[in-house]
Amino acid sequence: MTTDWTNARLHIVTGKGGTGKTTVAAALAVALASNGRRVLLSEVEGRQGISQTFDVPPLGTEETRVARTAGGGEIVGLSVDAKAALMEYLQLFYKLGRAGKLLEKFGAIDFATTIAPGVRDVLLIGKIYEAGRRRKDGKHRGASPAAYDAIVLDAPPTGRIGRFLSVNSEVADLARVGPIHSQAGSITTMLESDGTVVHIVTLLEEMPVQETVEAVHDLREKGLHVGAIIVNMVRPPYLDDAALDQARAGRLHKPSISTQLSEAGVKVTPDLLDGLLDEAQNHALRVDLEREQLAILEETGLPIYQLPALPDGIDPGEVRELADALIEQGMVK
Amino acid sequence: MTAAAQPQPSGTRASQAAPRLDIDALIGDRAIGIIVCCGSGGVGKTTTAAALGLRAAEQGRRVVVLTIDPARRLAQSLGLTELDNTPRPVQGIDTSAGGSLDAMMLDMKRTFDEVVLAHAEPGKAQQILANPFYQAVSSSFAGTQEYMAMEKLGQLKQSADRWDLIIVDTPPSRSALDFLDAPNRLGSFLDGRFIRLLTAPAKASGRAGLKVFGIGIQMVSGVMTKILGGQMLHDVQTFVAALDTMFGGFRERADKTYRLLSEDETAFLVVASPERDALREASYFVDRLEADGMPLSGLVVNRIGRVVAPGLSPSRALAMAESLDDGTGPRSATNAAGVLRLHATLVRQAERQRELAERFSRGHPEIPVAYVPALSQDVHDLESLREVGDALAE
Ligand SMILES: Nc1ncnc2c1ncn2[C@@H]1O[C@H](COP(=O)(O)OP(=O)(O)OP(=O)(O)O)[C@@H](O)[C@H]1O
Ligand SMILES: Nc1ncnc2c1ncn2[C@@H]1O[C@H](COP(=O)(O)OP(=O)(O)O)[C@@H](O)[C@H]1O
Ligand SMILES: [Mg+2]
Ligand SMILES: [Mg+2]
Repeated sequence: MTTDWTNARLHIVTGKGGTGKTTVAAALAVALASNGRRVLLSEVEGRQGISQTFDVPPLGTEETRVARTAGGGEIVGLSVDAKAALMEYLQLFYKLGRAGKLLEKFGAIDFATTIAPGVRDVLLIGKIYEAGRRRKDGKHRGASPAAYDAIVLDAPPTGRIGRFLSVNSEVADLARVGPIHSQAGSITTMLESDGTVVHIVTLLEEMPVQETVEAVHDLREKGLHVGAIIVNMVRPPYLDDAALDQARAGRLHKPSISTQLSEAGVKVTPDLLDGLLDEAQNHALRVDLEREQLAILEETGLPIYQLPALPDGIDPGEVRELADALIEQGMVK
Repeated sequence: MTAAAQPQPSGTRASQAAPRLDIDALIGDRAIGIIVCCGSGGVGKTTTAAALGLRAAEQGRRVVVLTIDPARRLAQSLGLTELDNTPRPVQGIDTSAGGSLDAMMLDMKRTFDEVVLAHAEPGKAQQILANPFYQAVSSSFAGTQEYMAMEKLGQLKQSADRWDLIIVDTPPSRSALDFLDAPNRLGSFLDGRFIRLLTAPAKASGRAGLKVFGIGIQMVSGVMTKILGGQMLHDVQTFVAALDTMFGGFRERADKTYRLLSEDETAFLVVASPERDALREASYFVDRLEADGMPLSGLVVNRIGRVVAPGLSPSRALAMAESLDDGTGPRSATNAAGVLRLHATLVRQAERQRELAERFSRGHPEIPVAYVPALSQDVHDLESLREVGDALAE
């Protein structure tokens, strides 16, 4: 197992819904773009999470710069659209003029991009694959350097990620010949290489942690490389361990706290004192629960990075703050 | 900073703004036979469904709870370890009021298989089950879970003599609306023009169907064959043709279940956490229920932060923590400062949550609301489910 992602060019970010996939993917992209690198940040669910996070106009199907970094780097955003990807693909392989329109008219494009199982996902990853192979001169081979130094994908949630990433092999089975078949094969090779890592975002709560652990097994079984676990929205405890022990047992020393409060000028009523101790006890139990969950994550043996819960939510400035935390903790060198 | 914020026990202002949801009246109402718990992912739908089921059973109703994705430990304490896709009695409940509680966890693939087996002729059924497209659709098609939840609800309803109350959890989708919309998507899959087109050659009329479309179809199917490979198209065709023979009945059933949802015996509960996104989803959902004439009983705001200590404002608490924590005082000063900072955070959070809940209620003043505090532990045994039930009914 490696904690050195210098080989990795494609970073796939997953996690249970609402844990912060989009936010973390954005922060990771910013971190990777320091030192003047050029990073593609893409999403595949058409949710406009990237443009909202960077506070820029909604992304179309074009790759558009969404931010620059101090070191001269840039983050380019892309909202991959399956329909556009299919049209581009057909154009590339078949130079379809009229037939493209006909396919559209007969609902074949809709069928392929929304309903035919798996085809949609192949198209979405196919676009990422294309961007990954692209050179600065726009060609896909030759000596020109890569168009992007790294690609970060804000991927579907843990519940769907295994299928999303293995769909290529499934489709390769369904479509046994033809260009979809052969493209699916090369995509699978890319995904299984050590140039691709999957990071999982979680909170220190039971269900996201459970899904994380399941995803780790599932992804490893599928031959994919799991990179890091990123624990998001971490809140440090308000009391030290000794005080937490006392609080949990309901034995924080009342008289001395009461004295301290009075000295600080509070009118201490029994209700207030009991209430505060009750709150502290609850807090201690929460902290226990979180530590229990952290221990479960540690059992995976994966590197774990922690991002603080920022009190005022997320705006572009906050994303940079989270990016710095990732760099500081060594996730990005 | 909101220095003007007044310290108050959590929930009081919000409960004045909105009518209180009377949970015991709801589960005590024998005319109600189905309660559906909806909401966006992770807000506590499954928890609410299980807590309601337990409470209703202990008050004398014969309840079945259909859960979709319970947290593992909750599943264990409900005895959901046998994954046989049928309800099993839950152990450890108080049956003195004459009620009972069964629970099950939905297995969507299995439910789909059962439908196929029940509707297709034996030979055909096996053909469908073995088709690669069937396998993909039944285990991954967006909306299959919602569709199968409805299917299962319909089945449970048919054995209604075993239960007098069915409580339904809904799948963990991003949007609560998916539960209502997804079943249609499967329908439009089968009604889609392209599918019709693909199946046309398989129909009895032979190639006559194709003439309607002129040469376009040949070109389209030629291109599709080139791209996807002939085998894939062939598989789609046999899959669709096979399903087609049984799907009339299938869709009819789904329609029937959907209608069931708008009948008077059904009650919807919308669950939300006191966060902006979840309440916005709840708001969309409430509007949609209204537009579709579906019976909404109320909103459950789950996991409200608890503030216990009365009469100490956050700004005051923080100022004092600051003065205590200059590093020169005794340990008890550090502890007192920590307790005060914690208190300030809790009050601020409760205020923010209350404001969000109030904003919802201002937009929907007529909708009754119940508030459930965040317990300090996850909810995964009967005891904590009872605690949630008590809070719901408070
Ligand atoms: N470290 C953090 N501190 C404070 N707020 C955060 C943090 N990380 C994420 N958030 C907030 O939490 C919410 C969910 O985050 P985000 O949209 O990134 O999650 P997601 O996993 O992409 O969600 P979805 O599953 O819906 O795509 C957002 O409102 C975001 O601003
Ligand atoms: N009031 C509550 N207090 C504490 N934990 C809760 C509460 N409600 C739900 N939880 C916890 O939150 C998690 C998600 O709840 P769940 O009911 O599974 O959500 P949903 O079904 O809406 O996805 C579970 O681990 C559950 O134990
Ligand atoms: Mg997102
Ligand atoms: Mg659930």
